[in-house]
Amino acid sequence: MSLEIRDIYKHFGPVRANDGISFTVEEGSLHGILGENGAGKSTLMKILSGFYSADSGNVVLDGDILDLSSPADAIAAGIGMLHQDPLVFLPMTVLDNFALGNPGPVRLNRDEARSELERVSSELGFEFDPSRLAGSLTIGERQQLSITRLIFLGAKVLIFDEPTTGISATQRLQLFDTLRNLAEHGLIVLFVSHKLEEVEDLCDSVTVIRQGKVVFEAKMPVAAETLVENMFGKVFVVQDHEEIPTGAPMLWLADVELDEGTTHIKGLNLQVAAGEVVGLAGLEGSGQRVLLRACAGLLQPSSGLLELDGIDLTKASYRAHLASGVHYLPAGRLEEGLVEGISITEHLVLASEDTSFFVDWKAARKSAEKEIDDYSIKGRPSSSAEELSGGNQQRLLLAMIPDEVKLLLLEHPTRGLDVESAAYVWTRLLARRSQGTAIVSASADLDELLRYSDRIIVFFGGKVFAVRDAAETDGEELGYLIGGKERV
Amino acid sequence: MTQSLKVTSTLVAVGAALAVGVLLLLAVGAPPLEALWLLVVGSVGSASKLAITLLAWSPLILAAAGLVVTFAAGLWNIGVEGQLIMGAIAASWVARSVSGPVWVVVPLTIIAGALGGGAWALLAGVLKTHGHVHEIFGGLGLDFVAAGLATYLVIGPWKRAGVASTSGTDIFREEAWMPTFEAFGVSWPVIPVALGIASVVFVWLLLRGTLFGLKLKAVGSNTYSSYIRGIPTNRYLLGAFAIGGALAGVAGSVQATAFHHKLVPAISGGYGFLAILVVLLAGFSAVAIAPIAFFFVAISVGSTQLDLRLGVDSAFGGVLQGVIVLFVLLAGGWAAKHASNTLTPRKEP
Repeated sequence: MSLEIRDIYKHFGPVRANDGISFTVEEGSLHGILGENGAGKSTLMKILSGFYSADSGNVVLDGDILDLSSPADAIAAGIGMLHQDPLVFLPMTVLDNFALGNPGPVRLNRDEARSELERVSSELGFEFDPSRLAGSLTIGERQQLSITRLIFLGAKVLIFDEPTTGISATQRLQLFDTLRNLAEHGLIVLFVSHKLEEVEDLCDSVTVIRQGKVVFEAKMPVAAETLVENMFGKVFVVQDHEEIPTGAPMLWLADVELDEGTTHIKGLNLQVAAGEVVGLAGLEGSGQRVLLRACAGLLQPSSGLLELDGIDLTKASYRAHLASGVHYLPAGRLEEGLVEGISITEHLVLASEDTSFFVDWKAARKSAEKEIDDYSIKGRPSSSAEELSGGNQQRLLLAMIPDEVKLLLLEHPTRGLDVESAAYVWTRLLARRSQGTAIVSASADLDELLRYSDRIIVFFGGKVFAVRDAAETDGEELGYLIGGKERV
Repeated sequence: MTQSLKVTSTLVAVGAALAVGVLLLLAVGAPPLEALWLLVVGSVGSASKLAITLLAWSPLILAAAGLVVTFAAGLWNIGVEGQLIMGAIAASWVARSVSGPVWVVVPLTIIAGALGGGAWALLAGVLKTHGHVHEIFGGLGLDFVAAGLATYLVIGPWKRAGVASTSGTDIFREEAWMPTFEAFGVSWPVIPVALGIASVVFVWLLLRGTLFGLKLKAVGSNTYSSYIRGIPTNRYLLGAFAIGGALAGVAGSVQATAFHHKLVPAISGGYGFLAILVVLLAGFSAVAIAPIAFFFVAISVGSTQLDLRLGVDSAFGGVLQGVIVLFVLLAGGWAAKHASNTLTPRKEP
């Protein structure tokens, strides 16, 4: 038996998420899929598991071309997927979760399901109390429950998408044992990750995807250096950094503790000077967003001190942060920044500091025309937010930043933008440095981090893993650090 | 979605709904053309019929105008029915306890209605913003409480001297009746109609011309973005509830002081729920609710003739209204799907 992926194409609007992906995985292998954020791994896995259908190309299992138009088709064909957040129904018992989705007669036979659950889970070496509520299980146990269910349903291929996020070290070891065990029994295990160490530990073979294409395939072991180089591509950056500003700290975090979801950050210290740009690097979900949200006032530190320009904002509300001169540009442009169905003019009215009760639409349209011109937004004053392209949405968001800002918090400010738009965005942002604005910007783009930051903070697994002056590091080192390894 | 596609689909939907209506009439053995003609004659066929239709139009348009505001804020104000009832109760309380000249008492009943409906809506709003009870459930619960309270008052504390009957309280003193204008031998409900028109103009201006309206729209379309933008979202949601409830409450005061001249258990006349259908059909537009509400009450008022002349139960009017709304919504959904299939590429979820 082998799993063959043949020339898969999938695009979303202008973005080619999968651009002709082909590779083959043999029976009984533990195969790593590596790639940075946005490389196209998740899209490919969603195609394999029936969540998306490919624009073209085939998935071939054991010589059969599969028709994967829904997750049910994929499971019936023997492909099961374990999501990063295991899809478990929390208010239901372990037994009901197990029995759910089983093909069979209408009547639910709980006794039969119970004995099947016991049989399969003991084969896998798991132990469950069938009557417990799934909500009381740890993430690791929920994974085990999902694995049990997929094996019972006859999965021959199991896909694990970032399975080590949010589980304990012991559970990780146990999970790895399980994965090896599954592979020994002849299953194909696809392990999707951007953590180099885990792939080195676990996998027999590896495929690296970059920008929707397969760029590297090999049997393990492979030098980590080679993997990093293939994941990120060669990063050449001409660094022409000015002197790092060392003025009074605009933002000061002392011994801050942050808790949100599965991320716990402890003992975080950070000072950002007026006019300084600090880049936040790391895999998605490593703690960058939590830090940005805390600085914005959307998440209150459980302990420590957060000061802006000498004013204590540790316990202040989000609106107090705004009033103190903090401006946050979240990653979701249409979800967290703009409002669908509302025009450019209306957005600019919302952003303006004019609070008169009646809106002078004539004047508003005129000033919108000026901003459109000024920020080269491709759109009319009456265009609504969702009609704009990503780059123009970002330009509109830039136009909506108030004139005087002390701290700008950016999350993936150039994600999905072409080179020209990205450069434009940064020109506008950097222009604010001269008035003393401090900038903290999270990005997955190493080139961008190196080019525009003064300092770079690398997060790994919810911790600050390393801090580097941008002038003294390079793409290769960042690649290592992001994967949780020091360069050797 | 293109305008022409929208208009075509709506026309097709109304046509299909009428076809279903005709089939239903055939099924109960009534001559369809005569029945439809009776609907027209029974609602606008004479001055007196027109006056009745206009009196029914007023509370419906007031409640619908209020709903346009709550819908703009993204709220499903199912509690509108209860807000209307509470407005009627508050107006009845004033009508029963305040005596004075008509130009003092009637304005007071209107203000009381607005306060009663607004307060009841704010209750649903606070349940949503501070108790995390979805406004559909909170509103529905409060509808039942308000209806219960009206019945309790009618057969309890406010019962007619000597008899407790669900037929209503004592008739209000005439100084608490909304004055009418006599012409062509008919009493025209001038004040209710003026209130209805004013509510439409008010809501249209509020949503089109003011910063408040714009922020309300932003909160309704994307609460999280609005919050990030620094808009106090809860305050705007509560504001929308208060305005929507106040207008529904005025509708209730019209029902009490212009139509029944007393409090009855069924004081709302179902206009709250009917107003939801009107607003859905109008595509949430303040301007479009006026003619659509008129069309709806014309069917309601006209259908009483079906009972008298053809022996078809007057509930037929309600059936026809429901079918029209369902078909129009169906057509809207179909048109939106059609438009998204052809014009925009599928977005990554």
